[in-house]
Amino acid sequence: MAKVRGLTGDEAVAYAVKQANVDVVAAYPITPQTIMVELFSEYVANGEVHSEFICVESEHSAMSACVGSSLTGARVFTATSSQGLALMHEMMYIASALRCPIVMGVANRALSAPINIHGDHSDMMGSRDCGWIQIYAENAQEAYDWTIQAFRMAEDSDVLLPITVNLDGFILSHSMEGVAVLEDEEVEGFLPPRKPLHTVNPEEPLTVGALALPDYYFEVKRQQEEAMKWVPKKIRETNEKYEKLSGRRYGIMDAYGLEDAEAAILCLGSTAGTARVVAKELRREGKRVGVIKLWVYRPFPTEEIVKVTKNLKALTVLDRACSYGAPYGPLGSDVASALKRFNRDLSLLNLIYGLGGRDIGPSDIRAIFDETLKIAETGVVKEPLRFVGVRE
Amino acid sequence: MVRLKELPTEELLASGHRLCAGCGESVAVRMALKVAGKFTVVTNATGCLEVATTIYPYTSWRVPWVHVAFENAAAVASGIEAAYKAMARRGAWDKKVNVIAFAGDGGTYDIGIQALSGAMERGHDFLYICLDNEAYMNTGIQRSGATPHGAATTTSPAGKKVPGKPEWKKDLIGICAAHGIPYAATASLAYWNDYMTKVQKGLAAEGPAVINVLSPCPRGWRSETAESIKLSRLAVQTRYWPVYEVEGGVYRLNVKVPKPLPVEEFLKPQGRFRHLFQPEFKGELEAIQRWVDENWSRILRLCGETS
Repeated sequence: MAKVRGLTGDEAVAYAVKQANVDVVAAYPITPQTIMVELFSEYVANGEVHSEFICVESEHSAMSACVGSSLTGARVFTATSSQGLALMHEMMYIASALRCPIVMGVANRALSAPINIHGDHSDMMGSRDCGWIQIYAENAQEAYDWTIQAFRMAEDSDVLLPITVNLDGFILSHSMEGVAVLEDEEVEGFLPPRKPLHTVNPEEPLTVGALALPDYYFEVKRQQEEAMKWVPKKIRETNEKYEKLSGRRYGIMDAYGLEDAEAAILCLGSTAGTARVVAKELRREGKRVGVIKLWVYRPFPTEEIVKVTKNLKALTVLDRACSYGAPYGPLGSDVASALKRFNRDLSLLNLIYGLGGRDIGPSDIRAIFDETLKIAETGVVKEPLRFVGVRE
Repeated sequence: MVRLKELPTEELLASGHRLCAGCGESVAVRMALKVAGKFTVVTNATGCLEVATTIYPYTSWRVPWVHVAFENAAAVASGIEAAYKAMARRGAWDKKVNVIAFAGDGGTYDIGIQALSGAMERGHDFLYICLDNEAYMNTGIQRSGATPHGAATTTSPAGKKVPGKPEWKKDLIGICAAHGIPYAATASLAYWNDYMTKVQKGLAAEGPAVINVLSPCPRGWRSETAESIKLSRLAVQTRYWPVYEVEGGVYRLNVKVPKPLPVEEFLKPQGRFRHLFQPEFKGELEAIQRWVDENWSRILRLCGETS
């Protein structure tokens, strides 16, 4: 019988990391990620874990230390937000290219300036091309479940890529929910100690991080992309195994109402919950609407999106980040590219919302559905990229 | 004290690397690895040493070697050290491993000082060796916080009005010692036994140890490739580079220089100081000599020595 604990999103992640028997946590505090680090240091202080907690002097050193530990063969976790993620940016490319299966919790937060501690996806979108697998949780339960699964996926010898588990700053990081947690032994069975292929080990000296000039560099980069191709299969396998253990079903994406929907919203993170509640109401009113929530943002589920939208007439992509001067927001661009790649002609509206923690409520979502239904009816998208909920 | 006869003949830094003739770095690394032995993990900041020893698919390293980036050798070393500790705790590792970080002066005095400070404060058990060649040599001889006053570099050129770098060199070992670490020292390649003994002490110390070794660079110093060790000796004998250690907070002068040569003897063979020997910059030479004298007196005071 599953235990239910009252945990915030941050606490749920920290608890999952504890159960994952992580060897090294190297992290630096930043709101709204702090609770993850605080709670984990309590586990260390109370002798509840065997882990080394490296309380580094910056996020740059956090990721640097994680790379060193991961290469040595340790299971490694770190966490950050916003400016911290931006400071890690340089190291994130190296972590993925050196094939370090690090798991990182990211409590998504707006980037300065102006300084703002509240939730949006600008931080992670700024690091989206760093070669990391990127997962977005809708609630604390998902943050817990994905964190446990992340280690198994990252450390798979066919993958060996780092993973971020994203949770919306404050909305998830600081809100308490009932989280069904597994027993320690169950997690241990699902996640045995890491068995690295190669390690930094004096018994088998290895040179890691050599200089690669134009005659070799390109192949290394090509291999990273190849590793990404294995990820969906490994995620599915992991999800199936985890479902048997927990009874909770995960996947690349979650689609609600798409079997008959004409108009849908596609988004990441906690907004999906609000969108689904509104969609249920609208469907009761007889409106054919749906919600697509991407759990996995990188690798991007190109084919799955094309498949799941096949009966749709209009799609609104909600972006909680802005790519200044670009044709669409980051998520909007990816969806548009996916559709174009398969020559799918679907009316697309891209809305930038919620920057700096600006709230998006059911009435906002309802208005977006109404607009999307109208587009489905008329086929006309007046303004393909727009801001919502902002003073113009 | 290291004994020559007891040193292994085995070379853990293979020959055939691409470091320049006369480069002090390979000498410093070779000697350090002879002391450290095979059970050593090296992490290397970006720089000449990294670039010239590991052009893929070749490597000169017979010990495990990790390069991550420029500014974080100490942070990477922290991670490696912590990983061994945690893995030992769960029974996945049971041997003692030396962790050595090598970085140049740019990667230490400037861009890497935060990571080094953090690692020292946290007390990781590792040895950090700064190969101080007094400028960003890998990118083409730009000035760093370690470049001495008056030296010409590509970003502190000897101009008509400004004769080389106007600022003075940072006191790296003073900064490290202020962290209260168990061991910090300067070293000169001309005093091999002193340097290698310091590597031994640094590795034996429980906690962070830092050695700053002057590493002549014929390209950047505009000096003869055959004279690097001679310059290393002149640096000490002119009192330009005091050789001392700070062990448990106690300063000790390791090489006494009762009859110092004028600092010009160290500066003259190096093209980077050539402009200072023009009559209009005589004052600069005097200023450098004054700095050397004052620095020496300061170190003597710290070491409790009188001459």
